[in-house]
Amino acid sequence: MIKAVSMLDRRALLTSLAAAGIGAALSRLASAQNAPLLTRAIPSSSEQLPLVGLGSWRTFNVGNDPEARNACADVMRAFFAGGGRMIDSSPMYGSSQDTIGYGLAKLGARDKVFSADKVWTTSGGAAQFETSRKKWGIARFDLMQVHNLLSWQEHLPMLIEMKAKGRFRYFGITTSEGRRHDEFEQVMRTQPLDFIQVTYNALDREVEQRILPLARGRHIAVIINRPFRSGPLVRRAKRHPLPAWAAEIDCTNWAQLLLKFIVSHPAVTCAIPATTRVDHVRENIGASYGRLPDDTLRKRIVAAAESF
Amino acid sequence: MSVWLSYTLTDFLLFTPHTYYRLFALYNRAVWPLHLLAGALGLALLVLLFRGGAWRGRAIAAVLAVCWLWVAWAYLVERYDTINWAARYFAIAFAVQAALLIVSGLVLNRFTPGRDRVSRAGAAIVAFALFVQPLLAPLTGREWLQMEFFGIAPDPTVAATIGVLLAMRRAHVVLLVIPLAWCALTGATLWAMDAADAPLMPAIGVLAVALTASKAPHRAALP
Repeated sequence: MIKAVSMLDRRALLTSLAAAGIGAALSRLASAQNAPLLTRAIPSSSEQLPLVGLGSWRTFNVGNDPEARNACADVMRAFFAGGGRMIDSSPMYGSSQDTIGYGLAKLGARDKVFSADKVWTTSGGAAQFETSRKKWGIARFDLMQVHNLLSWQEHLPMLIEMKAKGRFRYFGITTSEGRRHDEFEQVMRTQPLDFIQVTYNALDREVEQRILPLARGRHIAVIINRPFRSGPLVRRAKRHPLPAWAAEIDCTNWAQLLLKFIVSHPAVTCAIPATTRVDHVRENIGASYGRLPDDTLRKRIVAAAESF
Repeated sequence: MSVWLSYTLTDFLLFTPHTYYRLFALYNRAVWPLHLLAGALGLALLVLLFRGGAWRGRAIAAVLAVCWLWVAWAYLVERYDTINWAARYFAIAFAVQAALLIVSGLVLNRFTPGRDRVSRAGAAIVAFALFVQPLLAPLTGREWLQMEFFGIAPDPTVAATIGVLLAMRRAHVVLLVIPLAWCALTGATLWAMDAADAPLMPAIGVLAVALTASKAPHRAALP
């Protein structure tokens, strides 16, 4: 069930948008001021999460380049200003964890973030977990996931035990681009998961068949990765004019339309597009506001995406 | 197995093209003016392919070994590893290549430049690595600061090494293994980034295999 929560930090958003000084952003400001932030409950706790989060695959892997790290911190600032909370990373993502830790420290945003990370190793998951926590610079993670089901038989008992000790609040499993869905379902049926993370977008809809209904039935929160197929989907869409009916669901750009297709599915808790650009993160977070598409409009979005 | 088949080259790309190329700009700025020394060593390499005494084979091997070690440490470990956790393994391969060059060229003194067609083609590849490869950055629309130089960056260092090995009278098959592997790896990385020059290093690799095969039956040397 979607909930509208007035948790938008309007002063921060105003400052952020004024700095950008672009018409589209100001237009969205007018809309955002009137629309509450849309959130959805994590089934296992009823805690509300904004519908759009922030991924870090590739985009935040910038090494120790100070200029690039500051640019990523700017992206995080705009994300938080728009009401965003969940940031997702993994030890596999190169220096992304360090970049997030740098951004959180710079922005003083450790208390704002819903921190989601992963275990990505065949053994020594606890040590990796601790290394990741230090890189983020936080007291504890909110969510710890098993990356791409890697050694999940070993990691899940450890995660259950660590959750019981309060080392993090939720745990789950991830996959991407439709890989190992049969095994994924099996883990969903047999383990007490709080979260799953899968790929879903207007073109890749396989999870609609079994994974998403199963998640609803098992009361598991769902994070959606690759919402733009790592970029090409929205880049292709932007070559075409935005359809007039996008206004019916308060979308001012293709990114919002494609994201609203995803987050309007009732099983989805949060989508996590990644970006290196402040204007793009503002577009993305805009999908957390306004009306969501009904079945008819969802079909139109799919038809549009398939026609690109 | 079917899961692995579902991956594409792009799935293994850990960074954006912007970050990858900016790494070269920052690296060039940090190590300047070592480019001048690297350039001088590269020129010396080219000259030694055509003239010099009995010691020139050892000098060529020493220059190449130093360059491979420098690239392994200064670029792969110190820079590339910050965005690609596999870079430390690439660095080990580069260090192994330096050791092979030292053993074959310096200790065993098996580097004797030839004067046949394949040798001249090898020298041409060395010249290409020294003078043309750095210009690929501006020619493909990237910043001048992102230029990749022999002895500083991996690709021109590998290309020049392949050229040198082809320029030798004997075919040094074992010494070609790591450079050829790098040609495939860097080609795949650039291909995943949609880089215009992605086919270049694989093409040099294929050329090296063809040219080595044309001389291998008569004058193979291991290593």
